[in-house]
Amino acid sequence: MDPARRLGPAEIDVFAQLAVSTLLLGGIYALIAVGLTLIFGIMRVVNFAHGEYLMLGMYLAFWAFSLLALDPYVVLPASLVIFFVVGLLTYALVMRGVIHASHNVQIFTTVGLSIALQNVALVLWTGDFRVIRPWHSSVVIRLGGTAFNLSQVVAFAVAVALTIGLLLFMRRTHTGRVMRATAQDRDAATLMGIDTDRVYRLTFAIGIACVGAAGALVAPLYATYPQAGLQFVLIAYVVVVLGGLGDMAGALLGSLIVAAVEVAGSYVFGAAWKEVLYFVLFIGVLVFRPAGLFGQRGAETLGA
Amino acid sequence: MLTLEGIDAFYGDLQALYDVSLDVPEGKIFALVGANAAGKSTTLRVLSGLVAPRRGHVRFEGKDLAPVPAHRRVDLGIVQVPEGRRLFPFMTVTENLLLGGHGARARGGGPAERLDYVYTLFPVLQERATQLAGSLSGGEQQMCAIGRALMARPRVLMLDEPTLGLAPVLVRRIFDTVRTINADGMTVLLVEQNVRQALTIADHAAVLESGRLVLSGRGPELLGDDRLKRAYLGL
Repeated sequence: MDPARRLGPAEIDVFAQLAVSTLLLGGIYALIAVGLTLIFGIMRVVNFAHGEYLMLGMYLAFWAFSLLALDPYVVLPASLVIFFVVGLLTYALVMRGVIHASHNVQIFTTVGLSIALQNVALVLWTGDFRVIRPWHSSVVIRLGGTAFNLSQVVAFAVAVALTIGLLLFMRRTHTGRVMRATAQDRDAATLMGIDTDRVYRLTFAIGIACVGAAGALVAPLYATYPQAGLQFVLIAYVVVVLGGLGDMAGALLGSLIVAAVEVAGSYVFGAAWKEVLYFVLFIGVLVFRPAGLFGQRGAETLGA
Repeated sequence: MLTLEGIDAFYGDLQALYDVSLDVPEGKIFALVGANAAGKSTTLRVLSGLVAPRRGHVRFEGKDLAPVPAHRRVDLGIVQVPEGRRLFPFMTVTENLLLGGHGARARGGGPAERLDYVYTLFPVLQERATQLAGSLSGGEQQMCAIGRALMARPRVLMLDEPTLGLAPVLVRRIFDTVRTINADGMTVLLVEQNVRQALTIADHAAVLESGRLVLSGRGPELLGDDRLKRAYLGL
């Protein structure tokens, strides 16, 4: 039963509802984009397999729920740890070999990794759409003429907390400083005694931990299947470009913009237009503001 | 203290150094001079580990450095100020300095004290502490780069063209600083195009020409040597 319809058209404030939907959807996109932004910002590698780690995170939440009756929010801390380790392993086995290679080699490698992971999931768990319905995904909150569900709110809150947490980590801690220094000038960082290989390993692991945790948060909201990551990761690339390629706060704002385009565009033109709209936006940004909407300082570095 | 023995170094197929041997004695200022593309920076990059030599040995106090990666050499006390300062432009002066104190060697000695030492040496850096390094003037950037290297408590400080592009008054200021830190007991390896001033303050000096060491001796003596002019001008 659709809770919005039950309220009746007169009781739904359309603009308030669009705003709330934008905010909540933006939170989910930010959750996925933040790890991608971190990896791109520090390592200058576009991880085309990012969506597949989201998919694996969704499967982890799915199996924990259906086999062990564990709520995705209980799985969340474990996801962070598991995917941190998965990130370390992926770096050691795959990324380390191509980190100094050309962008072409890196693109082929991560695209290959993406397809390999999709097919591993297909072989192991078939192509079926899997859905979990923990209690919070059917709790509807009504507030001032708007309606939304609790799982969306939690995903949004965690996304904001995670982004702010990462921002503070990057700006305030010594390790964060070391990571930014490596992004700004790798050779100079080496001359400061910084082990840049270790920095890349840590960066990749944190990025994968973020998207793995995101999997647990979106599992109650979207169906889990081997290609589940694709629908999100395409949006995440738009977000990363909008936000200024590697800028974390920019990625949060970029997520909200993409969500606004999707929500408003679907309302005005119909849902089928949403991808057309944000890819037009994406191409427009690449053509007119290649450093991103908020990138005053060029796209080469993760600054400030 | 820091020695090169028969070093050949390449960038791809391009040979940059031919059979270079030199010895930087402890506690002295050693100047390495030569024209553009003579191999001065490459020599420093071999010493700091950014470039691996194809032949020959790099030794520090007799220990072969081949198995020691670049970032670990900093912990031995071999610290390089790279050509062109190479500050982290989007970080503040203080952040840059603190990164210089990243290594285990620096942390052992208390970074806060070390920061005071650097600020005493370059008071202007304290005034600019919260400014982004990229917004400093050329002279201030060079001081910040030297200060950042000093944070690591080097035993050998290698400076690559520290006076490049600076006004004469600042050139003198940088040379004075080099003398001050050397007087505090630090060994200095100075790469310079400013031959006259470099040789004046250097205890020992060597001249590189097209990747080969062509002349070496005591700094001030080399100044009067006709062979220097020949080597330097390529006559």
